[in-house]
Amino acid sequence: MQKIIKIIILFIFLFVIGIFYISLTRDTNYNTSSLINKETPEFKIISFDDSNFFTRDDIKKYDYTLINFWASWCAPCRIEHPILMKLSQKKNLMLLGINFKDKELQAKTFLSELGNPYDLLAKDKNGKNSVKFGIYGIPESILINKEFIIIKKFVGPLSADDYNNIIKIIE
Amino acid sequence: MKLNLFLLLFIFFSKFSFAAEKSVDPNLIHKNLRCLVCQGQSISDSNSDFAQTIKLVVKDLIDEGKTEDEIYEFMSDKYGDWIVFKPQFNAQNSLLWILPYIALIFGGFFIFSFLKKRQ
Repeated sequence: MQKIIKIIILFIFLFVIGIFYISLTRDTNYNTSSLINKETPEFKIISFDDSNFFTRDDIKKYDYTLINFWASWCAPCRIEHPILMKLSQKKNLMLLGINFKDKELQAKTFLSELGNPYDLLAKDKNGKNSVKFGIYGIPESILINKEFIIIKKFVGPLSADDYNNIIKIIE
Repeated sequence: MKLNLFLLLFIFFSKFSFAAEKSVDPNLIHKNLRCLVCQGQSISDSNSDFAQTIKLVVKDLIDEGKTEDEIYEFMSDKYGDWIVFKPQFNAQNSLLWILPYIALIFGGFFIFSFLKKRQ
C-alpha cells in the first residue's frame, strides 16, 4: 500500500510539473493557424469605389491570391507596403486589398503617396466581412490558392522573410 | 368563465415559453466570447474595436436566426476554440474534460480501499 501511495504521489508531482512546463514554454500569442488548409469562406465585398462587388469567383482566375487587410491609420501597414509593391510585380499572384474601417479620402491619399499594389481593391467599412476571414487586427494577409484553400496567414506586417516564403510558394 | 381564464393563461404561458425558447440573448453570448486583443476581458467587458465588430456580427447572426451554439461554432471556426470561454468537447481538449472524472474515480477508489484496510 505504501508503495502505491508513493507511486501516486510521484505521478501527481510529475503531472503538475508537466502542466507547468507546457504552460510556461508555449507561445502565448494568439494566432489563427487553425484556419490554414481550410477553405476560404464565401464572401461578397464591395469594391473601394462602390462600383461592384467582389466574390470568390474573382479569386478563381489566378493561381494565388493574397488578401491584404490594411488601413491608412495603421502604422505597420506603411512598413509592409514596399513588400506589397514588390509582390504586385508577380504575374501569378493577385493582390486583393481590403481597406478596413477607414476614411475614403485618407485611404486614397495613402495609396497615392505609397503606390497602389492591389489588382482588386475593396473596402470593409464596419469590419464585419473581416470576421469571416478570422481577422482580429490589421495588417493581416491571407495567401489563397485557386481552389480557395488558405495556404498561409500572416498576422502583422509582412516581413522580408514572409516575402521570401510567399515567393517560394508561388514559384 | 373558468375555462376561458384557463385558456387565456395557457395561451399566455405557452407563448411566453415559446418566446423564451426562441430568443437568443446577445449579452450572454458576448459574455461567453473572449476579446482576443484584450487582457482577460470578454467581448461584453471590452470597448475595443475588435469587440465592437464581434458584437455587430453576433447581432447579424441572431437576426439570421442562428442559435447560441451555432454562433459559438461560427466564432470557433473563424478564431479557434480560444475565443469561447467554454470550449466544446473535442479530441484536443478531451483530457481537460475527462481528467477530473478520472481523478474523482481513482481518488474515491483510493480512499475506499484505504479506509477498508484501516478497519
